[in-house]
Amino acid sequence: MELFFFIPIALLSVLLAFGVVFNKSPIGSAVSLIGMMLCLAGVFVIQSAHFLAILQVLIYAGAIMVLFMFVIMLLNLKTAEDTVWKAREHNTLLSVLTGFLVLGLVYKLVEIATDANFGPGMPVAENFGTTEMVGAKLFTDYVLPFEVASILLLVAMIGALVLAKTKTD
Amino acid sequence: MTDIIVDLIITLVKIGFILAVTVGFFAPILTWVERKQSAIMQDRIGANRADIMGFRALGLFHILADALKMFTKEDFIPDGADKVMHTLSPIIALVPAIITFAVVPFGGQYTLFGKEVSLVISDLDVGLLFVFAIASLATYGYVIAGWSSNNNWSMLGSMRTASQMISYEVAMGLTIIGVLMVYGTMRLTEIGAIQENFFRWGIFLQPVGFFMFFTASIAENKRIPFDNPEAESELVAGYFTEYSGLKFGMFFMAEFIEMVTIAALITLLFFGAWHVPFLGTATLISLFDFLGATGSNIVAMLFHVGVFFAKVTFFIWVQMTIRWTLPRFRYDQIMNLGWKILLPLSLANIVVTGIIILALA
Repeated sequence: MELFFFIPIALLSVLLAFGVVFNKSPIGSAVSLIGMMLCLAGVFVIQSAHFLAILQVLIYAGAIMVLFMFVIMLLNLKTAEDTVWKAREHNTLLSVLTGFLVLGLVYKLVEIATDANFGPGMPVAENFGTTEMVGAKLFTDYVLPFEVASILLLVAMIGALVLAKTKTD
Repeated sequence: MTDIIVDLIITLVKIGFILAVTVGFFAPILTWVERKQSAIMQDRIGANRADIMGFRALGLFHILADALKMFTKEDFIPDGADKVMHTLSPIIALVPAIITFAVVPFGGQYTLFGKEVSLVISDLDVGLLFVFAIASLATYGYVIAGWSSNNNWSMLGSMRTASQMISYEVAMGLTIIGVLMVYGTMRLTEIGAIQENFFRWGIFLQPVGFFMFFTASIAENKRIPFDNPEAESELVAGYFTEYSGLKFGMFFMAEFIEMVTIAALITLLFFGAWHVPFLGTATLISLFDFLGATGSNIVAMLFHVGVFFAKVTFFIWVQMTIRWTLPRFRYDQIMNLGWKILLPLSLANIVVTGIIILALA
């Protein structure tokens, strides 16, 4: 039953992820990205992490992508030309390094896939994935990472403000 | 097995009811109400030209005339427009408006024929967040509509939509936190049930929150005084300039259904949901005890649904009155209201609510 929902959603999200990369118009890419995020929310729901799924829709699909769209429209980006894909010589080192990164990623993926338990899943607690439980975990077990992340966001916000201010003066 | 089938039938009935009420009743009737109320407020006669064999029925036949016109008009897609996106965007705008009703309860819990029936399609633990998450997706409908039309007026309209929606979503989300703090739950059915006690109505617990929520939600719906995205005196019709026929109708319908959503949420969060002051569900059921267990429950259910939609109708009326009273705000005024007044006020509201909750605990 789970697979019945998971397989189409997973396939669609991979398809849309390719759409983000290969779409010629920037808005098309953005729309694909939104669709992919909604699919991810669907995967979260299948994992009975309802709160996470809703936040995925609310924050990524609902808020951040609207800003992306806004910026794309503001800059009035045009459809990409066909000749953009070209290897540049001075990027060789960077490309090789990226290649190694991808190799590492593939290795990790294979490792996870071989270690994965494909048997029947473990039963989860009754209140798993509810707002209450996520909140309790966040403010007890993970309070330090939570606060560090908050401070990081605050710093980023102030940094953005300072950067914007010096430009307008 | 029969249990599943019974549950399925009950859910289908609830979905059918919600669709009938929103798409079937409120959306068309509001097109008429909008014209008639504006006519009364401006001392005009109002829509009364459409008649069938001389009968005018207060202009109600205009609904039929509108529907006929929308179905038969040419569906025009401008030159150079992105055809797929142009067709898709009215759907993206309309569908979320309807889906939000999946978690909105329109009555409490009743025992019918020995079975507990809760008057909500899906009772989610994250109900309130679900409404905002889905409603925020509608933004794309408006933004893509303007972008795909290949028209500068539309483009300006959708840019204004994007910035306005983002600004007011922030204020709205922070306002809701105050509501969550006083009720201690996001489950909309629980929020409704708590308000059986008249002194626990949201308007008493979150008076400032109510006004901020109402303002932000009207801004989210882009109606006057916040209708900069369509501003017909500046941008022709903003993001839907290039839409005709049924696609234009879908944008219109989305706006009216969102009005119903806003009214339903305000009723649910601030005005006692389906409850009447000082008349608890248990008292209500015992009043009709002579009808038997199921009979009294049915009466209570019908009464509560009636009360809920009466309140919803009242708040739709309030929105209409605001729409035909105020002039359009300037763009910078809208941004100032969102970022410099509503946002700090909603943050202060959270702090004050927190202090009061701590003091009372």
